[in-house]
Amino acid sequence: MKLPQTHADAAAEFLKDTDRSHWHDDTLWHVRSKRDASAQKIPEWEQLRTLASQIKDHVLSNLDTLLLQFEKNAQANGIEVLWAKDAQEHNEHVLRILEENQVKQLVKSKSILTEECGLNHFLEDKGYDVVDTDLGERIIQFNKQVPSHIVMPAIHLKKKEIGDIFHKHLGTEAGSDDPQYLTEAARQHLRQKFIQAHAAITGVNFGIAETGGFVVCTNEGNADMGTHLADIHIACMGIEKLIPRAADLGVFLRLLARSATGQSITNYNSHFHRPRKDKKMYLILVDNGRTKQLGREDFRNSLKCIRCGACMNTCPIYRRSSGFSYNSTVPGPIGSILSPGMDLKKHSTLPFASTLCGSCSDVCPVKINIHEQLYKWRQVITKEGPSQPSKKWAMRFGGNVMSKPKLFDLMGKMARKSLSISPRGFVYNSFNAWGKHRELPEVPKESFKDWYKKNRNK
Amino acid sequence: MSSKESILAAIQKNKPDLLPLPEHPEFPVEGDLVERYKSSIKSNGGEALEVSDPAEIRDYLELHFQDSQMILSLSEVVKGNYDIALAEDPHDLEHVELAILEGEWGVAENAAIWLPEESLKHRALPFIAQHLIVLLKKDRLLGNMHEVYQSINVSDSGYGVFIAGPSKTADIEQSLVIGAHGPRSMTVFLLD
Amino acid sequence: MKVGLFIPCYVEQFYPNAAIASLQLLEKAGVTVEYPLEQTCCGQPMANSGYQQYGEGAAQLFRKNFEAYDYVVCPSGSCTLHAKEHILSDQEGGPKIYELCEFLTDVLQVKTLDASFPFRVGLHASCHGLRGLHLAKPSELMIPEFNKPLGLLEMVKDIDLVQLTRKDECCGFGGTFAVFEEAVSVDMGRDRIKDHEQQGVQVITGADMSCLMHLEGLLRREKKTIKVMHIAEILNGHTPEN
Ligand code: SF4
Repeated sequence: MKLPQTHADAAAEFLKDTDRSHWHDDTLWHVRSKRDASAQKIPEWEQLRTLASQIKDHVLSNLDTLLLQFEKNAQANGIEVLWAKDAQEHNEHVLRILEENQVKQLVKSKSILTEECGLNHFLEDKGYDVVDTDLGERIIQFNKQVPSHIVMPAIHLKKKEIGDIFHKHLGTEAGSDDPQYLTEAARQHLRQKFIQAHAAITGVNFGIAETGGFVVCTNEGNADMGTHLADIHIACMGIEKLIPRAADLGVFLRLLARSATGQSITNYNSHFHRPRKDKKMYLILVDNGRTKQLGREDFRNSLKCIRCGACMNTCPIYRRSSGFSYNSTVPGPIGSILSPGMDLKKHSTLPFASTLCGSCSDVCPVKINIHEQLYKWRQVITKEGPSQPSKKWAMRFGGNVMSKPKLFDLMGKMARKSLSISPRGFVYNSFNAWGKHRELPEVPKESFKDWYKKNRNK
Repeated sequence: MSSKESILAAIQKNKPDLLPLPEHPEFPVEGDLVERYKSSIKSNGGEALEVSDPAEIRDYLELHFQDSQMILSLSEVVKGNYDIALAEDPHDLEHVELAILEGEWGVAENAAIWLPEESLKHRALPFIAQHLIVLLKKDRLLGNMHEVYQSINVSDSGYGVFIAGPSKTADIEQSLVIGAHGPRSMTVFLLD
Repeated sequence: MKVGLFIPCYVEQFYPNAAIASLQLLEKAGVTVEYPLEQTCCGQPMANSGYQQYGEGAAQLFRKNFEAYDYVVCPSGSCTLHAKEHILSDQEGGPKIYELCEFLTDVLQVKTLDASFPFRVGLHASCHGLRGLHLAKPSELMIPEFNKPLGLLEMVKDIDLVQLTRKDECCGFGGTFAVFEEAVSVDMGRDRIKDHEQQGVQVITGADMSCLMHLEGLLRREKKTIKVMHIAEILNGHTPEN
């Protein structure tokens, strides 16, 4: 079987267009800088991170009880709660709701979960026209792409390209790429969709166990435009999105937007507890691999993620390879520890797409030890993932040399010697990835050990 | 086994031993809340103005809006020209130019204003209007999100929202554009 | 105080000057240092590639070499971190391992250095030392400022230290990452170099020779005049070679 494209190959592809890759890197670095400036203003920032992390630890350790409490309270509020063990069941729930309510038109606000479940394709195959209403999502929907970032879905596109997409789909003036103008065009177009929609699908940022309600955060107000005009609201929520108490929102809402973009809060933070009079509200609780991840001790706390995207913005590899190089719904560092749990073979190169620099773990508002989990996935993948005989052999050989001092000394001598006498073409050939763009170190006359023996160890 | 049962069973099998739920410490906020509020809303793309006399709000309206435009006020302090009771369905609000609301609490650290359903009549109102004005008494300003969650009960209302600025997006090359789907402006009047 | 010097495998072979400087620095500070001759490597290259088991032999050898010491000092943040987390971690009462700058600052509490370095210098903050060993405040964390390697460099006379635009961005070395993700690795290295170039840096220094080896590889291939030196060399009063 052919292995999927590696992250390294996809990244190399992206880097060929240096203008674009540098622009991508700078843009996201700017977002990271805004995050720093914003966090800096909160004296208790690190304390908030610790609190958020502990609250989520508690949630994972008590998830069954909290889910039941959440369901009971939500039902008492008049919300219909459905459970889905996987993506398929989630999509079928949505379809059934649409059919039962004879929904023809629907709008959707941003939900990474529905991306994960492939809901749009599923519904489109059944003849539904699903309209994504987040501006970034609408752009990539027109462009038949998936989000390349979980907070900024169209961050890979330049305004010129968006101008072309809008010209094609919305009839904006050819060549016009003014963000203000393009946004206005989308506003007019989507307003019609909001007015016509019978059902609105949203994600969930936080489900509150003690009250049976849930919170959705946006800057555009698109989740609210959709849900308050449509008769049916379907909220899709991963089971890990729970928090025990409403007061916990104080912690999470202070962290979320600041970590994501540096804003102090998103402009709209909507708390849904009961449907509007005579209208319907559904909430689908989705597992889709989450309970499995919960059972992996080394990796379970990846489920604490609140999807702020900060680990992507800070990741020097993500910034230089873009979201698509990860070929997974959630890209970047967090994606690289979540995705192998979903499909080890498909995502086996992701945990290696990191220098283990640790920046992701330090920006993460819920203190997920992302880089340590990357290291641990590597140990798993070399045992259970697709085999890489040459790499394995090299490592085994290296390990053997390193465990035998005499052999190590000899090999070192040989290496230094062969490097100093080899013709350049032998050292810097196309098989040598180090030497493609880098020189090897200059070869010293003697190793430190040789020097030490002469000068100290008499 | 139903999906619910199988999910719960898997959780029981896989979850770690119970870890404690931390209490919330106090994070007191010092300084001038009004000034903090004003600078916070500015970074969110909105504006806050201090007024001592409601007449100043009326002057503001006269300057920025015309009577031919649909103005809907849910505040006693200033009147609009359209009666919300006439709107049976939120779709009837499609052409609202300006909505004037009264906020319940404001948060200085991020400019968020708590608007429970009761203060909106229609949930769609603060989103569908082209412009939004919120009146807030200065003594309803709190320092941060912890304080506001101590002061409200989120499940008292079927719906409630923290609004911290106008509708905005930066999805095109990270350039900030105000007026994505909802209000193109948000002005908060801080009253004594 | 019994101090054993651990010199990472590639430093031993390719950068003996960094190792000599480390040894001499410690000696000047009045410490009796020994370099156990049977040492090889900490096993990190294997472990970071997902083959921790193949690094076990090296790890055992490491434990044996240093069991009789109070402290192990190593002029590499990355190897120190690996040894700390994977080799010495389960040893009760065994030796404590310190990265060189950390040892000079925290244990020896060095306050002055007899060195002069009249060059414009950029400090590269290597990630494992920075975020793993807390050699300095990482830009991500909102905690009070501190920077151990910088503190030491500031004791060097005539040194001209620059401020970088991205003061602690990774250089892209990452062990086998440098080879398996060659394109990204090279791009990251070039960006770091550009940052130093823009500040007019003559010498890039740092507490991890591996990152410097990667940057040096790029600099030399691109025929740039910027030199790299291990921080120990500067602190020990060496001057750049031509
Ligand atoms: S892992 Fe942490 S930093 Fe990354 S998206 Fe999730 S919460 Fe944000």
